[in-house]
Amino acid sequence: MSILVENLSYSYGRKQVLKELNFSLTAGFNVLLGPNGAGKSTLFSLLTGLFETGYGEIKICNVDLIEQKRSALRLMGVVFQQSTLDLDLSVKQNLLYHASLHGISPVSALKNIEPILEQLQLSERLNDRVRQLSGGHRRRLEIARALIHQPKVILLDEPTVGLDTDSRGLIIEHVRGLAHELGICILWATHLMDEVSGDDELILLDKGQVRAQGRCDRLCDDNDTKNVFELYHKLTSSVELM
Amino acid sequence: MNIQQYQYCFFGVVKREFLRFLQQRTRLLSALIRPLLWLVVFAAGFRAALGVSIMEPYGTYITYQQYITPGLCCMIVLFNGMQSSLSMVYDREMGSMKLLLMSPFPRPFLLMCKLIATAILSLIQVYIFLIIAQFVDVETPLLGYITAVPAIFLIAFFLGALGLLLSNLIKQLENFAGVMNFVIFPMFFLSSALYPLWKMKEASLWLYWLCDYNPFSYCVELLRFALYQQLNLEAFMVVFISTIFVSILAMFSFAPKRENRR
Repeated sequence: MSILVENLSYSYGRKQVLKELNFSLTAGFNVLLGPNGAGKSTLFSLLTGLFETGYGEIKICNVDLIEQKRSALRLMGVVFQQSTLDLDLSVKQNLLYHASLHGISPVSALKNIEPILEQLQLSERLNDRVRQLSGGHRRRLEIARALIHQPKVILLDEPTVGLDTDSRGLIIEHVRGLAHELGICILWATHLMDEVSGDDELILLDKGQVRAQGRCDRLCDDNDTKNVFELYHKLTSSVELM
Repeated sequence: MNIQQYQYCFFGVVKREFLRFLQQRTRLLSALIRPLLWLVVFAAGFRAALGVSIMEPYGTYITYQQYITPGLCCMIVLFNGMQSSLSMVYDREMGSMKLLLMSPFPRPFLLMCKLIATAILSLIQVYIFLIIAQFVDVETPLLGYITAVPAIFLIAFFLGALGLLLSNLIKQLENFAGVMNFVIFPMFFLSSALYPLWKMKEASLWLYWLCDYNPFSYCVELLRFALYQQLNLEAFMVVFISTIFVSILAMFSFAPKRENRR
């Protein structure tokens, strides 16, 4: 099991934003779908150890995130919703800084990342300053950076926000490819339903609760809906009516 | 994680701080211009008004420029510490702080790397200032340049840790101006940087007490004595204990947001 979440809850003061979440994910491309304010970013903060909660359990490749946080963090690569690149440093400097934070030597880091950079068409831009890159290239760089320490799990929090349709398409295609090629678990959080494909493993999060989990096309069949748009509206509105 | 991996991490964090410092050329310039203005303009003007009698660690009468040099060195360190706090607030707003906090290395170690990087940068700036100060008749014993290194490093560590702590209290970049008014200026002016404390005592007893309880005064005195190859034990103890205390507080302030118990 790549990610295991059991009975996870989180509150900001009196406002409970995550309620008893339970789900498990294996290697492959997984989508966490939910509208803005569903609790996706809070869940990411918990999965990345930036927040801690006393309610529930998170395991990354069977490593308890709370008990063995450092070991768990070593297994994870993250692309946050907000860019975390240093704009005034070069592509290479950004990559090497991240590698150093995982205790990787510059030589090994560049060796690890070379094929990924090639695939993401960034090899030619190693010495360019990040400020000179387009939004799409910056996102690709963040994806490459998340892979530099060869993690088993990659978390991407709305990585296509602010990108045009072509760049979005390219990035999602690259990431699907990486999940398949590297055999790792990818959790892609989004509120954009057109980013979900039929064979993706889907977790539908709404108002801090998991409304559904399973293969997207099977969930559609089980709920008598034609596509993810209908599925989403059916499951979220049915709950609202309750 | 083995020692070599810790080394890679340490050098990575230090290198990034250096690269960022080199990107901000005006930072070095302003770090030097500020104390040089005090030394060249302010000290020259006040030289006639403020006589400094024989006092430790000086063996004879000294010029006012000579007197305020350690204070100005500490001013450089103070501003650099606060600058690093500003860059932490910026990193937090820009999101790059998350990268640091998600590293599998222990958080205190990562923050320590940042503090050491800040201290090295402070050290470089202070030495550039001391070299320039020689041209304004500030004479420092040659050996003093060596004995001052650990003192500057300790002071830089203390003020860097203070900056780190403040960076967690400042929620927005815009609030940083408040640090100037409520931290930097009171710390600097209510200290022995510009005038000996006995002079302050003659002017106002309560101001004297404020200066006497200000750890920055002890930073200045520690450096003043170190530049003359002497150890001011009281100053060292105050700065050392303050460093430990503030560092622990800073480390705790970077603990993850915890909601409730299991």
